[in-house]
Amino acid sequence: MRTMEDIASYLREYDGRTLKLMEVCGSHTAAISKFGIRGMLSPKIRLVSGPGCPVCVTPSAYIDRLLELAKEKDTCVVTFGDMLRVPGSRGSLSAARGEGASVEMVYSPLDTLKLAAENSGITYVFAAVGFETTAPVYTLLLEEAIRGGFTNIRLLTALKTMPQAIRNLMQEGGEIDGFLAPGHVCAVIGSDAFLPLAKEFQIPFAVSGFGDRELLLAIYGLVRMAKEREAAVKNFYPSVVTPQGNLIAKKKLETYFMPCDAVWRGMGNIPLSGLLLKDAYKRYDAGSASLIEDKKLNHGCRCDKILTGKLMPQECPLFGRSCTPGSPQGACMVSYEGSCYQNYLSDGGNA
Amino acid sequence: MCVALPGKVVSVEGKKALVDFSGNQVNAYTGLVNVNPGDYVLVHAGCVIQSMKQQEAEEILELMGEIDS
Repeated sequence: MRTMEDIASYLREYDGRTLKLMEVCGSHTAAISKFGIRGMLSPKIRLVSGPGCPVCVTPSAYIDRLLELAKEKDTCVVTFGDMLRVPGSRGSLSAARGEGASVEMVYSPLDTLKLAAENSGITYVFAAVGFETTAPVYTLLLEEAIRGGFTNIRLLTALKTMPQAIRNLMQEGGEIDGFLAPGHVCAVIGSDAFLPLAKEFQIPFAVSGFGDRELLLAIYGLVRMAKEREAAVKNFYPSVVTPQGNLIAKKKLETYFMPCDAVWRGMGNIPLSGLLLKDAYKRYDAGSASLIEDKKLNHGCRCDKILTGKLMPQECPLFGRSCTPGSPQGACMVSYEGSCYQNYLSDGGNA
Repeated sequence: MCVALPGKVVSVEGKKALVDFSGNQVNAYTGLVNVNPGDYVLVHAGCVIQSMKQQEAEEILELMGEIDS
């Protein structure tokens, strides 16, 4: 197997035992859908989406708290664009902004420094959502805030860590034959971070990049490993991923954050699957620890089963009916990287 | 949300690097990676999160070109 054509034809004609492979990165979900990767695979290779979109797994209480803050006097919520449309139990940031709440959208958390310097009377709360890829960026914001003596910058954190979520998913009977490991999470934490899981559950992991050829290559690697029942981690994204990851970033994460239990929208509380600011930096925290409530907007919603690969989006009774990207009823339909959103895009909402 | 783009460092000044993305030049913070002019890097949310090996970086740049077209 040397050329991409060989690999493509192997994946198309594969006739071994049926394999259920899961990606756990929202950017993989979007890329798999965009390139039509599922259509290139044998029916015996099933790709399912896991809890890989940090926006999707943020509980409703977190959104509600952001909404309260945005409406407080002399307080402004600063956020990535992804978070604007996510519904809490009382609307979204986008709707609140339309009604006069104070919300700023930025490209980088570090942009908060300029806002805070220009308006010292306003407290800027950054909606610090993300996995291990994004968490180190918040440590740079904190470093600069401390160095600059800023007293008007806070973080409201909903930071999640991927290995603990995968462990929980497997312990809950996930029946997954292999994982496409998240490329940019691995750029930070290193591919070795998934080794203990490979050994514990006797399943393979393939670290993948985000292009069509890179995804096919990683899926090919995963199928070969799953077929041989090889419990290993292989790195198909060596341009940026090393076994140990980014040591400076990992050190900064340890300096500022500590592991905490975290609620994943649709999945519930997962022990030690989140990051919280350490006590020494609590003055920069806008009250993140207490935000654990997660209300279902619609009782028919099957996000919990979809985020764990037990149901496909089309198997949810709401999909394409009351739940669409225009009026999402659950987390997976909200974000561009959600599996329901992507399935809706690719099959036009045919339930 | 973990989208990150490969680019090439043009210059470094203090804690920031000027990074070129196929002609678009953007400042990125360098606090997570030690970078030098000419390095290929991966940028996420305004910060360099990892350095890249040159040959593969060019392959990925090419792939990104295909995605954008």
